[in-house]
Amino acid sequence: MRITLTVNGTRHRLDVEPRRTLADALREDLGLTGTHLGCEHGVCGACTVLVDAEPARACLMFAVQADGSTVRTVEGLAAPDGTLDPLQEAFSTCHGLQCGACTPGMLMTATHLLEVEPAPDRERIRAEMAGHICRCTGYMGIVDAVESAARAVRAPS
Amino acid sequence: MKCPPFSYHRATDVADAVAALADADGEGKILAGGQSLVPVLALRRARPDVLVDVNRVPGLADLAGREGVLHAGALVRHTALAAQDGHPLVAAAAGWIGHTAIRSRGTLGGSLAHADPAAELPAVLRACAGAVHVAGPGGTRRVDADGLFVGALQSDLADDEVLTGVELPIPDAWGFAEFARRHGDFAVVSVVAARFGDRLRVVVGGVAGTPHLVGGEEALDALDPGGGPLGPDHVDRLADAAADDVDPVSDLHGSAGYRRALTHEMTRRALTDLARAGDRSATSSHRREPV
Repeated sequence: MRITLTVNGTRHRLDVEPRRTLADALREDLGLTGTHLGCEHGVCGACTVLVDAEPARACLMFAVQADGSTVRTVEGLAAPDGTLDPLQEAFSTCHGLQCGACTPGMLMTATHLLEVEPAPDRERIRAEMAGHICRCTGYMGIVDAVESAARAVRAPS
Repeated sequence: MKCPPFSYHRATDVADAVAALADADGEGKILAGGQSLVPVLALRRARPDVLVDVNRVPGLADLAGREGVLHAGALVRHTALAAQDGHPLVAAAAGWIGHTAIRSRGTLGGSLAHADPAAELPAVLRACAGAVHVAGPGGTRRVDADGLFVGALQSDLADDEVLTGVELPIPDAWGFAEFARRHGDFAVVSVVAARFGDRLRVVVGGVAGTPHLVGGEEALDALDPGGGPLGPDHVDRLADAAADDVDPVSDLHGSAGYRRALTHEMTRRALTDLARAGDRSATSSHRREPV
């Protein structure tokens, strides 16, 4: 089935099988392997992307359902010259990742959180990030990173 | 795992969706938010021939309060339910469903049609004595909450019927309490308490194949606080009654005894919340966020 997706500002025309998930279309058809797949049934959060500005599990949505949508993935966060965005920078600084399997989804959920709530407290950050499983960090660095990025975005140096 | 192959039909309206289901001859499924269906497909627990996508059907995502009832289209997402203030009970309950990325896709109609006995919205529908509207080849019909839930993951909907809308009466006072091992999980036990005038309905989720109405329809008078304030003694007696009334089974999430104890405690919390309703202004403090 022929569909159109706008991913990180670029329009793509694709021909996909109906059972192709949005995650697989991004990874396999568009080569955007930044979106990671963990459990492939909606539990781990690694594949979270923004579809029409709302976070969604890319493994629980078929690409045909996203026809005509605007999708943002982790590849869209850094500047074209490779400069990390404040959340990416903070994840690095605060040791919010080790292996990086869960990080793309974490970053997209945190991006959405800071867009709708520029100053979340730690409890809010914990509640929002609870939809993501990380087996490396113990989560403290992740919460620190989102908190620190929120401060950086509010008061750019 | 990857989903098994299926053919995909993007429905243009309700009649088109019904026709596509009828054509599939029992091998079709409605695809709405997909937050329960797609995992089932990915785990290969179901292999429908046809998925009928209703996400672009116009008019199914309306939300309006009229004469004490919230009328919601089947496609209203959990995020929209959580954000509206016309029916604070369903707003609070929707906040307990999954996570933001689940709530942004999952739908009211999908949750009710999926009929998970531990899910929040089926318990709310039953506590509010709500009803759903269903379209099929022979026309439309209205199914009340007591008739909708037949068993665990089984609703009264036929293979060629589509749930299109939901009526949720708005209670005068309410309480909601849930225990899950982690935030976003299905409840081990949840309790919804709703008072309409001097009638009290207490529904327990997670203890039977369907949301359990304490006392059943006939015994509601026994729960009636007589219109007066619900004091701590009455709350305790009702919690005892709820714990006696349920007959849970043991599974890996908890033993029958543990679920009975949780039923007691969640009922106590929900009714304590409900009893405070008189002291609070509309929806204020007791909308406790799940963490």
